[in-house]
Amino acid sequence: MDMNEIKEIFFQECEEQLAELESGLMKLNDGDRDPETVNAVFRAVHSIKGGAGAFGLDDLVSFAHVFETTLDCVRSNRLEPNQDVLKVMLKSADVLADLTNAARDGGSVDEARSRQLIKELEALANGELPQASAAEPAPKAAAPAPIAATPVNEEGFQPVAFSFEDFEADEPALIEATCYEIVFSPKSELYAKGNDATLLLRDLSRLGEMSIHCDMDGMPPLDRMNPEAAYFSWKISLKTDKGEDAIRSVFEFAEWDCDLDIALAGGCAVDAREELPMQPVPFDLSLLDEAPAGSAEEEEQIASRDRDAAVSAAETASNVLQMAQSSTRAPAEAPRNATAAASAAAQQAASAATPTIRVDLDRVDRLINLVGELVINQAMLSQSVIENDTNGPSSINMGLEELQQLTREIQDSVMAIRAQPVKPVFQRMSRIVREIADMTGKSVRLVTEGENTEVDKTVIDKLAEPLTHMIRNAVDHGLETPEKRLAAGKSAEGTVRLTAKHRSGRIVIELADDGAGINREKVRQKAIDNDLIAADANLSDEEIDNLIFHAGFSTADKISDISGRGVGMDVVKRSIQALGGRINISSKPGQGSVFTMSLPLTLAVLDGMVVTVANQTLVVPLTAIVETLQPEASAIHSFGSTQRLISIRNSFCPLVDVGRILNFRATQANPVDGVALLVESEGGGQRALMVDAIQGQRQVVIKSLEANYTHVPGIAAATILGDGRVALILDVDAIVAASRGQTLKPEMSLAAAG
Amino acid sequence: MTYAAKNLTTGGRELIAFRVGDQEFCVNIMVVREIRGWTPATPMPHAPSYVLGVINLRGAVLPIVDLSARLGMKPAEPTIRHVIIVAQVKNQVVGLLVDAVSDILTVRDDEIQPTPDISSEFEKSFARGVLAIEGRMICLVELEAVFPQEEREAA
Repeated sequence: MDMNEIKEIFFQECEEQLAELESGLMKLNDGDRDPETVNAVFRAVHSIKGGAGAFGLDDLVSFAHVFETTLDCVRSNRLEPNQDVLKVMLKSADVLADLTNAARDGGSVDEARSRQLIKELEALANGELPQASAAEPAPKAAAPAPIAATPVNEEGFQPVAFSFEDFEADEPALIEATCYEIVFSPKSELYAKGNDATLLLRDLSRLGEMSIHCDMDGMPPLDRMNPEAAYFSWKISLKTDKGEDAIRSVFEFAEWDCDLDIALAGGCAVDAREELPMQPVPFDLSLLDEAPAGSAEEEEQIASRDRDAAVSAAETASNVLQMAQSSTRAPAEAPRNATAAASAAAQQAASAATPTIRVDLDRVDRLINLVGELVINQAMLSQSVIENDTNGPSSINMGLEELQQLTREIQDSVMAIRAQPVKPVFQRMSRIVREIADMTGKSVRLVTEGENTEVDKTVIDKLAEPLTHMIRNAVDHGLETPEKRLAAGKSAEGTVRLTAKHRSGRIVIELADDGAGINREKVRQKAIDNDLIAADANLSDEEIDNLIFHAGFSTADKISDISGRGVGMDVVKRSIQALGGRINISSKPGQGSVFTMSLPLTLAVLDGMVVTVANQTLVVPLTAIVETLQPEASAIHSFGSTQRLISIRNSFCPLVDVGRILNFRATQANPVDGVALLVESEGGGQRALMVDAIQGQRQVVIKSLEANYTHVPGIAAATILGDGRVALILDVDAIVAASRGQTLKPEMSLAAAG
Repeated sequence: MTYAAKNLTTGGRELIAFRVGDQEFCVNIMVVREIRGWTPATPMPHAPSYVLGVINLRGAVLPIVDLSARLGMKPAEPTIRHVIIVAQVKNQVVGLLVDAVSDILTVRDDEIQPTPDISSEFEKSFARGVLAIEGRMICLVELEAVFPQEEREAA
């Protein structure tokens, strides 16, 4: 696990705590004497202290500790939070924020100020009233020597002096002729828009010395050639002093319609650029040891040195800029401050890698809802334009097309705001594995894969709980003890594998253990004992495995601390289903079990096929559809009394009348009158879903049915169509499962209530 | 002059009265979010007969219940003259199809008479009392009994 990432989360939390602290203090300042406000303030400081302690940020801890002690006096009513006290507290909050920032960014803090405030806080805690003079910030002269020599402003900014000549000497190196390897592969759109590759190449040749190699491998034989397709690509090596931007500008109008790859060629004139990060400011590294955060700074520099050539070139630019600005402001002690500036620049470059803001999820949700409404409105508009039949390239149609594209882009961008890698959740799991391994005396290795797979934030948030539970189960129930493992010829150390990957518009999370697998005998016996199944029930292995999802089912002989908390796999299953997901088990005796969860990437939109069934409009998720076909009478075969099969390329696929299975009509419709949607369910089974007609393909905004109604078997959710009416989104897997024999049970309580 | 106007000065709770078939019912005004005209609903598969389907209420999916059918009377045949009372039941919002909204009543608690001793358990389970107002008999409906919450969560 990457320590820096955990640290980053801590700092993000600090930011929240600091905001909480400040607003709490402001409330107190305004005369609010609610004990809860005091508690909130106390908690904020306390949790910063706790986190800082874990990361060994001693300065932060010691300051927070004093602050906390004083706040405790307020909390226990030993200290009246009057204006004077609050003044000190607010200032302390600022220093705490400074210290936090310093710990994060490696900057410096006004030590005199923090020392002064520590004194004041201690005085308050000891029951002394703050002195007017003591409450003032310490005069500059009182500051300790090394920092006092440099004027330091409130942000802890330390101006830096250095010789600018070093850069001037280096500048030419930057613009010396450089070799680029450019791969230019036009797409057919490039030609469709009237661009000419020849002209682009000719422009390119004006930038410097150039050699071109045309790649004709992609050219098909003449009889299979599409006159509108683009088959050629060019490899160009160009020696130019103009820089990459100049090259890019040549392709400015073509960049969307071609694949362009510009890389620095090894060899000529590149070395100067690569070495630049360490060049601009000569300084004595030994000075670093004297700096308070010396080792951290050093690491930063090493880190920045280690970056690849392209990145370091960019960083150089930022270093140069940073130092140039510093030098113009205030010249002072050169070498030491150069160190600080360099580290600040390195720090800046490091943090610039992921500039983020934290936004209230509610705001994003509101935005997403609005975009959802926009999508509906856009669909509405399209529909009415089609109804009014303005054929041809009218300005309305063109505007509409643009709107459509724009809406789609806005939607994608908004969705991307919420998309986050599953990494944080996965990271949390390794701690849980450690804990449980300790408690159960098992030796476990957690392997995670695909942790950068991105999913909607709402999905990630809801994933943690079921995943935690499943990991617990995997270690506690799934894996055997080391002795048993050795006896079974396995390694003593068990492996739990957690993987995430995208598959056809969904995220699939797999949790695999190499334990003993599900003990089917025991599960079966337990199910019989609990009256879940009849003693003589004939169940397939799969069905037996699925019994563990029943409420109150636990395979553990005794309820252990870890798993016997009253939450079983039924809860896991329910929370996965609440997310619009599905969970499957496959287990091999002696080899372990695999739990596969398939979840939607987002809970907000999906691409759907809009169809008509029994005069109703339904939406079928596009991801489920393999192909659509018009059944011919000769392809339909009866099978038994009710089943019908359709032959598709010599294989037979069961036909499912959606209208019948949803109870929209009493008898099966004639397949020849409709359209068959060949679908694939999560379980892998194929079915041909019969619908009456296809209306079109559309992106739809998912609206919850459960919010105001209840779960409807066979229906995943609802959406709102262009005409403002509600359409139901089909739950293809449930329909397929239902077609396997069992009918969709109206497990509806509204019915039960009547 | 309505009964409500007469009673405004006396305080008490406000109820919305509506007609279903030839009977009058009322619910607490606090649960009513809005009253709107009938729009065609999208039928739900496997829904009980009194659930007419769902409609779009400014982006939210709202189930519509035919109160007449729910209360065991003749199912309504919705026309544009029917109205939907949008009501909040616990944390869900549902639409009730009724014939018409007739009145806003302000009543004191002691004006609400206990439900008459009748045979049908069903009527007793949703009726929270009756009001005698100007010769009319108005039944106070407990919506949570019409839509039992616990059972729904269990589903």
